[in-house]
Amino acid sequence: MADAAPAPHVLEVKNLSVEFHSAGKCVKAVRDVSFHVDRGETLAILGESGSGKSVSASAIMDLIDCPPGRITSGEISYRGRDLLNMPAAERRHVNGRKIAMIFQDPLAHLNPVYPVGWQIAEAMRVHGMPAAAAKARAIELMARVGLKDPAARAKAYPHQFSGGQRQRLMIAMALAYDPDVLIADEPTTALDVTVQLQILRLLQQLRDETGMGLLLITHDLGVVAEMAERVIVMNAGEVVETGTTRDVFKAPRHPYTQKLIGAVPGQGGMRTGSVGAEPPILEVRKLEKYFGAYHALRAVSFDLHAGETVAIVGESGSGKSTTARAILRLDDADSGEVIYRGRDLTTLSDKEMFALRRDIQMVFQDPTQSLNPRMSVFQIVSEAWRIHRDILPKERWRARVLELLDLVGLKPDHADRYPHQFSGGQRQRIAIARALAVEPRIIICDEAVSALDVSVQGQVIRLLDDLRHRFGVAFIFIAHDLPVVRDFADRVIVMKDGAIVETGTVAQIFEAPVHPYTRALLAASLEPDPDLRGSHDPRPEEVA
Amino acid sequence: MGRFVLRRSLFSLFSLFGLLVLVFFLSRLTGDPAALYLPVDAPESVRQAFREARGLDAPLLAQFGDFLVNLVQFDFGDSLRRQRPAFDVVIEAFPWTLALAGITMALVLVAAIVLGALAAMKVGGIFDRISSVISLTAASAPDFWIALMAIFIFAVALGWVPTSGTGTPWHWILPIGVLFVRPFGLILQVVRSSMITALSSAYVKTARAKGVRQRAITFVHALRNAMLPVITVAGDQAAGLLNGAVVVETVFGFPGIGKLMIDSILQRDFAVVLAAIMLTSLAIFLMNLLIDLTYAFLDPRIRY
Repeated sequence: MADAAPAPHVLEVKNLSVEFHSAGKCVKAVRDVSFHVDRGETLAILGESGSGKSVSASAIMDLIDCPPGRITSGEISYRGRDLLNMPAAERRHVNGRKIAMIFQDPLAHLNPVYPVGWQIAEAMRVHGMPAAAAKARAIELMARVGLKDPAARAKAYPHQFSGGQRQRLMIAMALAYDPDVLIADEPTTALDVTVQLQILRLLQQLRDETGMGLLLITHDLGVVAEMAERVIVMNAGEVVETGTTRDVFKAPRHPYTQKLIGAVPGQGGMRTGSVGAEPPILEVRKLEKYFGAYHALRAVSFDLHAGETVAIVGESGSGKSTTARAILRLDDADSGEVIYRGRDLTTLSDKEMFALRRDIQMVFQDPTQSLNPRMSVFQIVSEAWRIHRDILPKERWRARVLELLDLVGLKPDHADRYPHQFSGGQRQRIAIARALAVEPRIIICDEAVSALDVSVQGQVIRLLDDLRHRFGVAFIFIAHDLPVVRDFADRVIVMKDGAIVETGTVAQIFEAPVHPYTRALLAASLEPDPDLRGSHDPRPEEVA
Repeated sequence: MGRFVLRRSLFSLFSLFGLLVLVFFLSRLTGDPAALYLPVDAPESVRQAFREARGLDAPLLAQFGDFLVNLVQFDFGDSLRRQRPAFDVVIEAFPWTLALAGITMALVLVAAIVLGALAAMKVGGIFDRISSVISLTAASAPDFWIALMAIFIFAVALGWVPTSGTGTPWHWILPIGVLFVRPFGLILQVVRSSMITALSSAYVKTARAKGVRQRAITFVHALRNAMLPVITVAGDQAAGLLNGAVVVETVFGFPGIGKLMIDSILQRDFAVVLAAIMLTSLAIFLMNLLIDLTYAFLDPRIRY
């Protein structure tokens, strides 16, 4: 003990391994992971779904349910004090006070039945602050995270706030005691791009003001590039690469990191978006839709040509999905026309519509929910032939299912498996095979790649592109993710508050946007390039 | 809120009327009261006089019309058996049933919520398993059997409580105890499963990350969210008790509305049957309204 030991890191994780035991199987979710966070810095843990990044963070906060989880080895220390062997009562006072955490999906993470002010104040009451003082500080914190009229809003409930505001509430709760470390687990994943940037800016600002360390867990390379000084890349429970954000992004050493960065959308060339002389196959004319008093669609009109891809972009509540549902008559529009090959779909009888349904198919965002878990892949894909009897005689079903599976890159023996046996990307391929079974002329993809990991996203986009070339399928491609649209679309429609604000070829929209909203969307979209840090415009005038 | 209550009341008025029609005509299908109340060898002229005196000889529709006119004045007619206004007879019996149902449900709710919440805290633990066995047994045991066993053990063999009747608080113990069993078993199961869902939700994770104690997480954060299905089932069970715990009231000679209804049906005392059904329907309607208002109180997302 000659030299004084260097001051311990504020938060240090050493050789952490976590296993989950369920149904006789043991999954090693985290293997030998080490990292540390100090005050004032941002460390990002980057990884795709199942990489173990969230489990690592949950272990720090004692949020892993044991059983089925088990921390098999390693240590987690806060300022040199071992968290894993600390008495429970003592550890409870580290949580929320010294290390705080915010999550993805703040709506689910706020208790729906208590006022938000009460919930923020609770974070202080549980550590001994008198109720009146906690209440006053809660209102102070709400003002600090940019919520207007905090004293009145403190009495409101979580469902009365927007997505961005809810994440601000979570941040206010986490700031209760000015923690040393804030763990942010996918804090902006469910948010619109402009709101995402506002929240990230807020986190940066608070980090600089309070000097806390920020541990940012994300799958989004753009977020890492914008926020972090250092990054660790995780894959299948292991750390594959560690370094400064700049080094990792500019010169990735590990093949997985290289693949991840290579798969980022929005880097390739753009399509010309030129349209042939023949008339469009689908004409949407002045669609109007109200939900009660809410004006969901305002005079939405556009054309779709054979083999063309029209992307509809916009933030949540802009009317993208409502447009798709109105075209397919999943929800009837209040007025307007949808003319498909000379016939107005909105006036067809149910029987006539039934016959036309096979021409226009839909692929939904979440294949876990849109595929019936009790049906095998064969049943899912062949179901359309059971409904539209004339497409294919029964004895040819099996052969055709195998063909379709091959087309979307699945194997013949997958036909007799069930949806839960597949990964997210494979499930979306099944959904696409199902849509193709009726040989549609138009496929509407409603956020069809949004839920997928970046590397899988690229594969599915390539598959759709291939279908476009081989069969001349036209796509209506609904997305909030601009780089994917840039790679895939011919023309782009920008929607806001139920109305189309701008239409153009993909090059026009991305290189010379006219409408201020389009510009704001593009400006807020984060690129995976640390050199562009801080160049994005968060539109500070609106608090979402 | 006021509009909601008003609308619900109007709709309920329709249902009550439908029920009235149904009960009135169905009860007339059970036979002629004259045959029951007069000696077997009574001459036809006496029977005819009996019917005329009580308006039973008029066409059915005319009887129904008279009945409605009287009903508006809260007059259900006189009890054939007791020679008094039927409404008075029913009003006397109702408080007994109301008290029996109220006390039982209060005990059931407290016991089921506490035990269910504790069982959900450690799924698969000893406590959870024991409470599962208890709730399953309680929910499936037939109440006449429990009633007879209870009388046999606690009243006859041990002599702790009276076998039947009313008069002292001791007389209430067995009826309440027997009525308690089935709703307790059912509601305990609902509380447990509803609490397991609530305890695995995301906001519970947030509470843990804030450093909230496990007890407060269970009884403050999770419990209120878990209450909606519990209230629904509890309302259903309470309605059953209000309808008259027929078996239990009969076994224990308890002068409640269930016993009164059964007796009146057997005696073709139509006026009493109708008055009893109308009163319990009204009580059940009020309780359902109360349940809806409780929903809105528990969950701010529900607004009428």
